[in-house]
Amino acid sequence: MTNPTLEVAAEASATSVQELSASTFDATQARRQSIVILRRFLRHRLAMISLFVFVALFLFAFIGGALWKYSYSFEDTTGGGRYLAPTINHPFGTDALAADSMAQVLRGTQFSILIALVVAFLSTSIGVVLGALAGFFRGWADSLISRFIDLVLVIPAIVLVGVLSRNSFGSSATNGGGGGNWYIIALFLGLTGWTGVARVIRGMTLSLREKEFVEAARALGGGVGRLVFRHILPNTLDVIIVNATIAVSQAVLAEAALSFIGLGVHPPNTSLGLLISLNKLEISLHPWLFWFPFVFIILISLTANFIGDGLRDAFDPRQKRVRA
Amino acid sequence: MLRYVIRRILISIPIVILATFLCFALVTAMGDPLGDWKTQRPRLPAAVAAEEAIVGYDQPFFTRYGHWAVNFVEGNWNRNVVPGDNNQPVKPQIMSALGVTAKLVLFAELIAIAIGMLTGVVSAVRQYSMFDYSITGVAFVLFSMPLFCIAIILKSVAPPLNNWLQSIGFGRWITTAGPPTSGYTGGFWHVIYQFTGVYVLPVICLFAISFALYSRFQRGSMLDVLNSDYVRTAQAKGLSQSRVIFRHAFRNALIPVVTVAALNIGAVFSGAIITETVFNWQGMGTLIVNAVEQIEPWMVLAWLVVTAIFIILFNLIADILYAYLDPRIRLD
Repeated sequence: MTNPTLEVAAEASATSVQELSASTFDATQARRQSIVILRRFLRHRLAMISLFVFVALFLFAFIGGALWKYSYSFEDTTGGGRYLAPTINHPFGTDALAADSMAQVLRGTQFSILIALVVAFLSTSIGVVLGALAGFFRGWADSLISRFIDLVLVIPAIVLVGVLSRNSFGSSATNGGGGGNWYIIALFLGLTGWTGVARVIRGMTLSLREKEFVEAARALGGGVGRLVFRHILPNTLDVIIVNATIAVSQAVLAEAALSFIGLGVHPPNTSLGLLISLNKLEISLHPWLFWFPFVFIILISLTANFIGDGLRDAFDPRQKRVRA
Repeated sequence: MLRYVIRRILISIPIVILATFLCFALVTAMGDPLGDWKTQRPRLPAAVAAEEAIVGYDQPFFTRYGHWAVNFVEGNWNRNVVPGDNNQPVKPQIMSALGVTAKLVLFAELIAIAIGMLTGVVSAVRQYSMFDYSITGVAFVLFSMPLFCIAIILKSVAPPLNNWLQSIGFGRWITTAGPPTSGYTGGFWHVIYQFTGVYVLPVICLFAISFALYSRFQRGSMLDVLNSDYVRTAQAKGLSQSRVIFRHAFRNALIPVVTVAALNIGAVFSGAIITETVFNWQGMGTLIVNAVEQIEPWMVLAWLVVTAIFIILFNLIADILYAYLDPRIRLD
């Protein structure tokens, strides 16, 4: 009589021995770590599909938008061109002004992606530098930066950006509210969105600065810049990259929400959030005006999230952290 | 414990003061409340000076801050100042809006915490099951979904749903125009009927943003606990699985989630702003959006300060709860 659990356990230990010998065999080839990570990422199916979709969206928005036969400002003034359901001629239909909806959505996608990339870049760089400074110097620098983060977080993010960007923008009579140019919205979203990254990097720097290799570098006469940028930050690179990817997803949503309540991007600029806001009442009668920008927002944000997840697994396959 | 609480409260006080200063600076940075009014048509210098005196922008920054702070503490929150904006006092508007928003947020959060915890625990106990995968999938989609889209879709579902409910003799249950201004009428069951009809869609909407977070967090913390030594000990002693899960694991897995729920209040407030905008509720969201558009300095300021105090208060509650639930924190 055989015990099934024992058999399974024996099998498991056999495979783990095989894996062990395989991995020691690989290690002898002394591959670079970046190649290992890249290979792991390439094998992550969901992340690869997401990357493909994201790049496709990017190309579709920027190249497709430039080549598409209708300009976003084109309005079919001959009459009868309003609220056309999607056809070959107008794949996404037309809107109340008889403008081609696909041209609008592509242009909105361009702006949304641009804003998201700028915000992710800004907030990540600010967060990394401030977090590293706080963690490295500790003492009053740490207190100052940490208290400042606490202070920024007491105001809901979308109100903070709405209030900050209000002045950059003309009168309410001509524009119907706050907000303004896309780069101003991106700037303020970036300037306020760095707190999360800063906290994480601060924590990592606090522990890394006590490590032997940092001590060794300091003993060799390394200055602050060298210690932080050559020895500490490269060890947080995985966290930085993953956070930047997730930040893209969050920035798309934040900008869309801001534009939706009327405190974000305004015409003549546009964005997917603004498009949905303008067409929110059309969802029942002319659903294509709502659903196409909606699908594009979700695709950008979902793929960015999945890419971030795949990167996280690729950097550290043992530590499958739970998203929070 | 008492010492910890007192120390924690004392730390909060300078943060509140700094926050009011930050809010004041933000409001000043919004620009001139009279900008529109001045450019509409040429104004007499005397009229401009009179309006500026009403707004108070003829004083230097720190004088205005000191003046405002004293008045605010005394309960005089100033009035709307933009010409043609009815010159109403700020405080009653904020208070009535706060009541509307607080109820909405409270219901949504309670449901989100309850269901989030439940699904989180089940996903952790049955890790990699179909249930776990589907909850993970739903959470991912909710994380990536703009809240206002959920709100718009929910709102668009209301009329057909009402038609269907009417056809089965249930009446037009769902209301999408906010709570009735004149209050609820009729008997007890009729009030319940109206009340749920008003709240169901916005609550689902706000529930959606918090649920994903709590569920994922509860799953993570439950998994941590389930893999810890004392749970293995409890299982090795021969305790039943349900006893291990509820007596030993669940209670400890609650700790991080409780604090996350308290810290999440800022995001929930942002969510409430959007939900109210879509469903036309006269709450804090509608108030701030209009006030920022109009540049109503005292309204925006009072709004920011009230919200900031709420968020600081919830952070305080989170810290104290954490220290109460996990005594190791208090040593600090």
